[in-house]
Amino acid sequence: MKLHLKIWRQKDRKSEGKLVDYTLENVNTHMSFLEMLDTLNEELILKDEQPVEFDHDCREGICGQCGVVINGNAHGPLKNTTTCQLHMREFKDGETILIEPFRAAGFPIKKDLKVDRSAFDRIISSGGYVSVNTGQAPEANTIPVSHEVAEAAFDSAACLGCGACVATCKNGSAALFTAAKITQLAILPQSKEERKQRALRMIVQMDEEGFGHCSNTEACEVECPQGISVLNIARMNYEYNRASFLKFKKK
Amino acid sequence: MNTLSRKIIMAATGLFLCFFLLIHFLGNTQLFLEPEHARLSFNAYSHFLTGNPLVKMVSYVLYASIIGHAIYALLITAKNKAAGGSYKKDNRGRASKWYSRNMGVLGTIVLIFIVLHFQNFWYVYKFGEIGLDTNGNKDLYAVVVAAFQELWLVVVYVIAMIALCYHLIHGITSGVRTLGLFHPKYVRWVNIVGVVYSVVICVGFAAMPLFIYFTNSK
Ligand code: HEM
Ligand code: SF4
Ligand code: FES
Repeated sequence: MKLHLKIWRQKDRKSEGKLVDYTLENVNTHMSFLEMLDTLNEELILKDEQPVEFDHDCREGICGQCGVVINGNAHGPLKNTTTCQLHMREFKDGETILIEPFRAAGFPIKKDLKVDRSAFDRIISSGGYVSVNTGQAPEANTIPVSHEVAEAAFDSAACLGCGACVATCKNGSAALFTAAKITQLAILPQSKEERKQRALRMIVQMDEEGFGHCSNTEACEVECPQGISVLNIARMNYEYNRASFLKFKKK
Repeated sequence: MNTLSRKIIMAATGLFLCFFLLIHFLGNTQLFLEPEHARLSFNAYSHFLTGNPLVKMVSYVLYASIIGHAIYALLITAKNKAAGGSYKKDNRGRASKWYSRNMGVLGTIVLIFIVLHFQNFWYVYKFGEIGLDTNGNKDLYAVVVAAFQELWLVVVYVIAMIALCYHLIHGITSGVRTLGLFHPKYVRWVNIVGVVYSVVICVGFAAMPLFIYFTNSK
């Protein structure tokens, strides 16, 4: 198949970017979206042009490194699919595809389609520690975790940290990501102990990174490759209110 | 103040306004009575509201809520505009409802309406020249009927109620979750109750000017 591509090219964080047109012939429909970009890059390198930079790692939908906005949707047209798991059969021969980086105040553009998502790392590390004994592996049944709690924690833990929620949110809010991390740790008995300070610190860090407010539009859940539930955000609000109340009571 | 605490203020003031709106609505259903009966009972009700110290206190909370809600709406919307990205091609709208993305616009329509509404009735009742009914109460009913002889005003009220309806359909589910309700079962119930509340209240309020316009015009 033949494709017309409009790709965002930007030299570095400071410079102005623009959309550049490329035409790609002989695209195999079984290629993944990233393989299609690889093919383009090979052509560009042979022509002595700068290849298009984009993030990726596992290419099997589990690491959360990949992610671009394709025709106006984060990770492209398919629901619950990362960019690397999107295949060219989803597009039509002769179609024009517009490819842009994730955009939000919290995600400055590094180059081309690459954005700086280290704000997520700082949110995670601001959460601090979990009190567990080091040394020998503990006996498996010392801390019972009910099936429901384990499943709920797994559901939240499924977040890849890809940032599609932020890119999709009109407010550039990182609520879904932060909420998934807070919820996962707040409900497991091993990490319940620090739930108050963890919630408060992660929320403060989330704000410092310049993300917006959550308007509960729920677009993030729809576009999230893992379908992380927006009820995680309600849970984060609960954790925040609970922690603020208990802190207030202590004083 | 952080993003969560600002939203809590939005939710608390917004949900208080919803509570007020229910009381306001129930009181105003008297407008649907037989004209002469409606006049006496509506005027007596209005008189009771102005005399009561408890109602006076609630009314101050009401004014504060409207102002606070509007100020925080401005702060939140400005920050969100700055934090969100804009795309050359934007298809993100497929994933959410239009009214959930335009709460600021819907709210602004409601705010303009509130100013107009205060001027129409609240100001006239407090400071205007106003006749008395046979019980000696200020005849607010006559003011209401006279106001709704103007077709344009009726149309403005109906449009404002449509905007309010969408604002509340999203506002109630959003606000309750901002306050931290996360259990799927209760969230579903709140969604249903929120939609029913919003539609009943807004259709009911919109029916009042329409009813008066059509029953009184010759
Ligand atoms: C004075 C004019 C008003 C303005 C400018 C306004 C604006 C807004 C804005 C911008 C939001 C935030 C939505 C978001 O976070 O994206 C909001 C939320 C809300 N509004 Fe209003 N609004 C107004 C009047 C009202 C009225 C009269 C009511 C109720 C009778 C109301 C009820 C609510 C509720 C319940 C919320 C949900 C809070 C939340 O999202 O957590 N608003 N409003
Ligand atoms: S919540 Fe979903 S969209 Fe957001 S970072 Fe996690 S996996 Fe990506
Ligand atoms: S590259 Fe790992 S999820 Fe796409």
